[in-house]
Amino acid sequence: MNFSEVFKLSGLLCKFSPDGKYLASCVQYRLVVRDVNTLQIVQLYTCLDQIQHIEWSADSLFILCAMYKRGLVQVWSLEQPEWHCKIDEGSAGLVASCWSPDGRHILNTTEFHLRITVWSLCTKSVSYIKYPKACLQGTTFTRDGRYMALAERRDCKDYVSIFVCSDWQLLRHFDTDTQDLTGIEWAPNGCVLAVWDTCLEYKVLLYSLDGRLLSAYSAYEWSLGIKSVAWSPSSQFLAVGSYDGKVRILNHVTWKMITEFEHPVAINNPKIVVYKEAEKSPQLGLGCLSFPPPRAGAGPLPTSESKYEIASVPVSLQTLKPVTDRANPKIGIGMLAFSPDSYFLATRNDNVPNAVWVWDIQKLRLFAVLEQLSPVRTFQWDPKQPRLAICTGGSRVYLWSPAGCLSVQVPGEGDFAVLSLCWHLSGDSIALLSKDHFCLCFLETEAAVGTACRQLGGHM
Amino acid sequence: MGDWMTVTDPGLSSESKTISQHTSETKMSPSSLYSQQVLCSSIPLSKNVHSFFSAFCTEDNIEQSISYLDQELTTFGFPSLYEESKGKETKRELNIVAVLNCMNELLVLQRKNLLAQENVETQNLKLGSDMDHLQSCYSKLKEQLETSRREMIGLQERDRQLQCKNRNLHQLLKNEKDEVQKLQNIIASRATQYNHDMKRKEREYNKLKERLHQLVMNKKDKKIAMDILNYVGRADGKRGSWRTGKTEARNEDEMYKILLNDYEYRQKQILMENAELKKVLQQMKKEMISLLSPQKKKPRERVDDSTGTVISDVEEDAGELSRESMWDLSCETVREQLTNSIRKQWRILKSHVEKLDNQVSKVHLEGFNDEDVISRQDHEQETEKLELEIQQCKEMIKTQQQLLQQQLATACDDDTTSLLRDCYLLEEKERLKEEWSLFKEQKKNFERERRSFTEAAIRLGLERKAFEEERASWLKQQFLNMTTFDHQNSENVKLFSAFSGSSDWDNLTVHSRQPQKKPHSMSNGSPVCMSKLTKSLPASPSTSDFCQTRSCMSEHRRQGPWKAPVRAETNLACARDWSGTKCQISQLALGPRTMK
Repeated sequence: MNFSEVFKLSGLLCKFSPDGKYLASCVQYRLVVRDVNTLQIVQLYTCLDQIQHIEWSADSLFILCAMYKRGLVQVWSLEQPEWHCKIDEGSAGLVASCWSPDGRHILNTTEFHLRITVWSLCTKSVSYIKYPKACLQGTTFTRDGRYMALAERRDCKDYVSIFVCSDWQLLRHFDTDTQDLTGIEWAPNGCVLAVWDTCLEYKVLLYSLDGRLLSAYSAYEWSLGIKSVAWSPSSQFLAVGSYDGKVRILNHVTWKMITEFEHPVAINNPKIVVYKEAEKSPQLGLGCLSFPPPRAGAGPLPTSESKYEIASVPVSLQTLKPVTDRANPKIGIGMLAFSPDSYFLATRNDNVPNAVWVWDIQKLRLFAVLEQLSPVRTFQWDPKQPRLAICTGGSRVYLWSPAGCLSVQVPGEGDFAVLSLCWHLSGDSIALLSKDHFCLCFLETEAAVGTACRQLGGHM
Repeated sequence: MGDWMTVTDPGLSSESKTISQHTSETKMSPSSLYSQQVLCSSIPLSKNVHSFFSAFCTEDNIEQSISYLDQELTTFGFPSLYEESKGKETKRELNIVAVLNCMNELLVLQRKNLLAQENVETQNLKLGSDMDHLQSCYSKLKEQLETSRREMIGLQERDRQLQCKNRNLHQLLKNEKDEVQKLQNIIASRATQYNHDMKRKEREYNKLKERLHQLVMNKKDKKIAMDILNYVGRADGKRGSWRTGKTEARNEDEMYKILLNDYEYRQKQILMENAELKKVLQQMKKEMISLLSPQKKKPRERVDDSTGTVISDVEEDAGELSRESMWDLSCETVREQLTNSIRKQWRILKSHVEKLDNQVSKVHLEGFNDEDVISRQDHEQETEKLELEIQQCKEMIKTQQQLLQQQLATACDDDTTSLLRDCYLLEEKERLKEEWSLFKEQKKNFERERRSFTEAAIRLGLERKAFEEERASWLKQQFLNMTTFDHQNSENVKLFSAFSGSSDWDNLTVHSRQPQKKPHSMSNGSPVCMSKLTKSLPASPSTSDFCQTRSCMSEHRRQGPWKAPVRAETNLACARDWSGTKCQISQLALGPRTMK
C-alpha cells in the first residue's frame, strides 16, 4: 500500500472525475485539476470566492464550482481552459447546485426553495421549476440519466414530479400519501421510485415510473421511523434503516419485508467474526530498546500502533446512551451501503458509533462486526469488489474484505486526520481527505491484498 | 359389712325376689345375668353367701328358714323341699333328697353363672377397649375434620384474597389501558393540532414565498443572468427540439418501453429461475425413482397396498415425464400432476427414511453401550500411558539437566555457567528480560570471552571423556528402565530446546557434515541405535558446541521476543511440538563429534 504526498485542500472538496482520469480539489478559491496517475496539475482555475461545492459533469468535461454565499456558480471546461461560464442567481440566492445527467444543464435551487432554475449551456433557455420541497433528498436522477424525480410541496400536500431530462418535459405528476415527505430515490434500474416519509411516521412508498403506487410499507407506528434508505445495486432489495435500530429488507417482487436485521449489542454467535481494533503503544521495555534498529532505512515509528484482533464471542459492543429528550437522537441506523455486487450490506447503528456491521445478503445474516476505537465517520465500498473503506477521523484508514481486516497508518509528519474518503472508480486508489489536506492511497493488486489480508490481525 | 348386710337384709331379700321373678320370666337371658351381676358385683360372692347364711339361719329359726327357702325355691321352679303332705294338718317333713338335689342344682347353676360372668367380663373388656378405640378414632377424625375445615377456610380466604387481587389487577390493567387509550388520543389530537398548525404556517410560508418570488422576479434583477463565453454543443451532438405534443407522446412511449423492458427482463429472469427449478425437480424425481425402485419389489411382495400402487404410479409418471417435451409445456397443465407425484414420492421417501432411522436407532442403541465402554477404556489407558510417559520424560530431563549442570559447574568458569543457566531459562521470557541487561554487558566482552571459551573447550574435551563414560553407564541404566523409545526422542528434543531454544536450524545444520542418521526408523529401540543415541547425547552440552551455538544464540536472542515459542507452557508441550524435527535434532547432536 502506497501513499502519495499530501496536498492542500479546503472544505473537503476533492472529487474524481467520472471517467477516472482526473482529480479535482479545491484550495480556498482555487480549483486544481490533477491527473490521477501522475498527480501533476493539469489545470488550475481561479474562482471569484471561496468554493463551497464542486461537481463534475457526467462526461468529465466540465466542473461546476458553487459559491453559495455569493449566489454564484462558475463552470470550467477541461478541454478549453479559456472557456468560462458564470451563473448569478442574484438576490434569489443559492442553496444547492447540481448537474443534470447530460452535463449541459445546471440545476440551481434558490434560497427558501422558491424554485429550481435550470440553466442550459447549449441554449439561452432558462427554465424554472416551482414548488420544490425543502427536504433531505428532494431530487433524484435515474442511472441512465433519462428521468428526474422531484419532490414538491403544494397546498400542504406532497407531490412527486417526474421530468424527462432531455427536454425537461413533465412526464408524470402525482401526489404521495405522505405526511411530510423526506426523501426520494430511484432504484438503479430506473423503474421504481422509493419515497419515504418523515421520521415521525414509518412509511415507505414505492412508485412505478408511470406513477402507479406499487406498494406501501410501514413497520410500526408512533415511535420515530425511517432514518436511512438504500437500494441494492441489483435493484432487488431496498434496505430501510430506522430509529429502532433495525434494518428491514424489502424485496422487489412482492415489496414485502423478507428479513429484518437487528443490531444486537451483544454478539453470541461464534460464526460471526468480530474484529476489534486494539491500540498497541510500542513497548519501551528493555527487550526492544537494547537491539540495534532492525533496518536503518525504516521510517520513523508511529506514536502508536493499531491492529485488529479477532474478539472471541460473546462480545458486547460499546453503546452510547442516547439523550432522548433532544431532537434527532443519536439512535437508529444512520448509514447503510450495499457492496457493488449486492452481496454485502454495511450499516452503522448511531448508538453504537464505533461499530460497523457487515451483513451477508445471500444468507441474510450478520457476517462480521468491526469495532473501532473511535466513532466511525464514513464508510464506502470499493466500486469494483466487496471491500469496505472506513475512516474514523483518526490518522488511519481501515479496510475490510471478506478475507479480513486491515488498519493502515497514513504516513507523514503530524497527524493526518482522515475525515472523509472516496474511492477511485477502478478501486485502485482512495482519496483520503482531512480538514486541510488530502492524499491518495494506492492499493496493491488483488493478489497482494490477498496476502496482506491473510496476515489477519498482524501489524501493519 | 356384716352389719350392712343385716341391715339391708329385708330389702335385699325383697329385691332378690323381684329379680328372681324377673329372671324366671326372661329365662335367664345374658343381659339379665349381667344386670344381676352388676347389682351384686361389689360383694365377693363366696363371702356374700357365707355371711348371708350365717345371718340367715340360726338355731331358732330353722323352720322359718326352711319354709322360706322352700317358698323361694318353688317360686324359682325347684321341687319343694318338703315331702308331699298327706294331710292338711300334718306338719310337712323336710325332704333331704330334694334339698340335696336342689343344692346341687343351685351349685351347677352357680358355676354356670360364674362362667357366664367371666365370659361377659372379657366381652365387656373387649367392648370397652373397642369403645376406647372407637372413641379415639372418633376424636381423631373429629380433629381431622376440624383441621380440614380450618384449612378449607384458609384456602377460601386465600382464594378470596387472590380473587380480590385479581380484581384489583384487572382494574389496574383496565386503568392502564384507559391511560394508554387516553395518551394515544392525546397524541393523536396533538398530532392533528400540530398538523393543523403546520398547515396554517405552511400556507403563510407559501404566501410569503410567493410574494418573495414575485418580488425577486419583478425587480428585473439584472444580476440574475448567465455570463457565458459561447454555448457548447449538446452531449449527444443533436440539436435541442421544441416541446410539442409529439415529443410528449414520444416521451410517453419511451417510458412505457423502459417499463416494458424491465418487465420483460424480470419475466425472463423468472422463466430462467423456473426452468432451473424444473430441472432440479426433474433430477430430484429421477433420483428418487432410482432410489426407490430397488426396494419396490419388496414392498410389493409385502401385503402393502398403498405404497405398491403409488410406486406403480411413480413408474407410470416416470415414463411420462421422461419425455422432454413435457417440461416445455406450460406449468399449468403439468403442475398438478407433477406436484402430486412428487408429493407421493416424497411421502414414500419420508416413510422409508423414518423406517431406516428407526432401524438405525435400534442398532445404535444395542451397539452403543459396548462401544462406548471400550472407547472409554481405551481412552483411559491411553491417557494413563501418556501420563506415565510424561512423568518419565520429566524425570529424564531433570536428571540430565542436573548432570549437565554438575559437569559444567566443575568445568567452566562463572560466565559459562551463567550463560548456560540462562540457556535453560530461555523459555521463561520474563527471566530473560530481567537478565537481559547483564547480557548486554557480556556482549561487550564478547571477544575476550570467546577466547576463554575455546580454552575451556579444550579443557572440557579432556574431561568430557571421563564424563561420557560415567554418563553412558548411567544412561544405560536409565534406558533399561525405560519402556518405549519415544521418550528418548522427546527427551532428546527437550535437551536441545533447553539449550538453544528456537535457534536457527539452518545455522546449526551447516556445522554438521556427517550425513543424517535415520532416527525415524528406530521404532523398537534396537540396541544399535540406542547406543548411537546414547553416544550422541552427551555431545550436546560440550563447550565446543557452545562456541558455535553461542553465535546462534546471540542471534536467537535478538529474535527471542518474537521467535521464541510463546506457547511453550510446559516442557512436554515443547518436546511434543518439535517431535517432528527429530532428524534435525539428531543431526545437531552428532555435530560436535564431527567437529572433533
